Amino acid sequence: MPPPLVHLSGWGRYPRRPTRVSAPRDIGALASALQGGEPVIARGLGRAYGDSAIAAHTLSMRHFDRMISFDPATGQLVAEAGVSLGAVIDAFLPRGWFPSVTPGTKFVTLGGAIAADVHGKNHHGEGSFAAFTDWFDLMGADGSVSRCSRDENADLFWRTLGGMGLTGIVLRAAIRLRRVETGWIRQRMIPAAGLDAALDAFDAHMDATYSVAWIDCLASGPALGRSLVMLGEHATLADLPPARRARPFLTPRHRGLTFPVDLPGFALNPYSVRAFNALYYAMGRRKAGAGLVDWDSYFYPLDAIGQWNRLYGRRGFMQFQCALPLDQGRPGLRALLGAIAASGAASFLAVLKRFGPQDSPVSFPMPGYTLALDFPVNTRSLGLMPHLDRLTADHGGRFYLAKDSRMSADTLSRTDPRMGDFAAWRRSRGLSAHFVSAQSERLGL
Amino acid sequence: MSSANTTLAPVLIIGARSDMARACALRFAQAGHPLMLAARGGADQGAQGDTGALVRDAADIATRHGVTVTCHAVDATDIDAIPAFLDSLPSLPGIALCAVGYMGDQPDSQRDPQAAARVLRANFEGPALLLGALAERFAARGHGTLIGISSVAGERGRASNYVYGAAKAGFTAFLSGLRNRFNGTEIRVITVLPGFVATRMTEGLDLPARLTAQPQEVAEAVFRAATRGRDVVWVRPVWRVIMAIIRALPEPVFKRTRL
Repeated sequence: MPPPLVHLSGWGRYPRRPTRVSAPRDIGALASALQGGEPVIARGLGRAYGDSAIAAHTLSMRHFDRMISFDPATGQLVAEAGVSLGAVIDAFLPRGWFPSVTPGTKFVTLGGAIAADVHGKNHHGEGSFAAFTDWFDLMGADGSVSRCSRDENADLFWRTLGGMGLTGIVLRAAIRLRRVETGWIRQRMIPAAGLDAALDAFDAHMDATYSVAWIDCLASGPALGRSLVMLGEHATLADLPPARRARPFLTPRHRGLTFPVDLPGFALNPYSVRAFNALYYAMGRRKAGAGLVDWDSYFYPLDAIGQWNRLYGRRGFMQFQCALPLDQGRPGLRALLGAIAASGAASFLAVLKRFGPQDSPVSFPMPGYTLALDFPVNTRSLGLMPHLDRLTADHGGRFYLAKDSRMSADTLSRTDPRMGDFAAWRRSRGLSAHFVSAQSERLGL
Repeated sequence: MSSANTTLAPVLIIGARSDMARACALRFAQAGHPLMLAARGGADQGAQGDTGALVRDAADIATRHGVTVTCHAVDATDIDAIPAFLDSLPSLPGIALCAVGYMGDQPDSQRDPQAAARVLRANFEGPALLLGALAERFAARGHGTLIGISSVAGERGRASNYVYGAAKAGFTAFLSGLRNRFNGTEIRVITVLPGFVATRMTEGLDLPARLTAQPQEVAEAVFRAATRGRDVVWVRPVWRVIMAIIRALPEPVFKRTRL
């Protein structure tokens, strides 16, 4: 009996697409699900914002959540694709290990982290998730399994990292964890009065392990790009106050606060966001300097609020995340922030980050800058986004598919010529008939 | 937590492949207990010649929590094999949890005595006699904790599942008797009444969310009972109220209900 038809969305709750979801329990059941004939895509914890993990037949990987082995000599963890970074932290932080690269949520599976080749606050110095992925096993449309690494099936390896699940199904992966002495981060906050000050702060702190800026998108004129640049280092034992040194991995448990209702669509408006931003910046300036922050608050502030996506109301929200090359960064960011401030569209979460070197066939990051914003789904936002798309394209930028929910195929091919090659490669390998997401159909991948 | 803590008692999990058992195993391992996982087929390979399900779970638990995990074959309904199974374990466990269970199909059980017997054996005869045999060995040693996962279905027989309910009622009574017998000794007996749990057994059923526990909740309740000393564990307290009402209904009223 086929699973019932349901409507499914990504984390942004927009768009919603009809799909049948099944959750195979083992490799055999997964292989038979692939033989059903319908195009499939694997889905982990559904944290991609748009329609990346929805297909005619969506395969939930939630039962592939076993860890397989860990080598303390190298920090290499082998685990099934449905294991989340949160589970990795729960198991390994008490023993002094932490994920080498983590996005802004710990509710991401290894399979999802590979498919999106996620990046974190250390991309400028250490690269994306790919840099710490030793190998993975990929199931093809015929149910056969290939080991992919830098040496073995390297082509498949590099196209799967960032390939949005369109190359097959990641079954298990070997990733390297980093050694840490404590569960704490030594944070330093630098207020930046405008865009140039923020970008200068990034450049001046390329040696910081972690760096990211919260940016006030509604500030305009000389305050355009007003930011709080946050640097971070894993705290050593010596960094902790003596009282904490006996149990360095013990950090406050964040209560599972869950956002209870859909806010009405008007709750987040330019006025409320402007007030919040002004307050947040003022508080940040006051707190400027160094302090200790626990890992959960530092890396995953939003995870503390379950279902924070309901903040934007029933209609959902869209993410806009672009990368701009280094030489176009300043003018590009100025143009984008100018357009956003002029539109008055309120982006509650706005993040700016310096990217380091990356040269992958499909991954998102490029040396330069990335700007991430979110907007409620409404006519003003939908009108603004194509304008932002054009400005990004004019400055040689491209878009993050894990965040995308509404880009046109034309915009993608204009901004990311690599994707034409990727689509052709998929056709030549017979993958385009079997691994198809709502996003890949929309974008002509 | 990093190295296997040898001072903690090994925990035997019987019926270890169920979702509830796996959650319990993970919870005990998180606290540092070494584990013995026992299930049908033991460490056998999977159907595709891949890693068997029990070995896969054992590796998962050992990797996550750095404890020793061993795999053992047991068929709870093969009562003649019970002594050999217990002899095959690396040591007599300090805590033994039985999560063996089989819902069966009530109409099948009504038509076919063999089907009904399978349900009775898997939910009553097997689990009771396994824990009974362990109780004798614990008694000889002088201490141990027995944990039986029974069911609220055993609190009163209902038309929709009375074969399963009768078996669970038997198991609950057996545990209660063991507990009574060992009162005042170092042997403890815990009865767990989970209510609805979101597991493979209930997958596809339309269960009310407020009455349905996740396997992790069951595991947390079991672990707390084992460490703090409780006799009967209702995983979601609301079930205690519901079953108190159902038990209190006079038979002339109850027999007319469709629950």
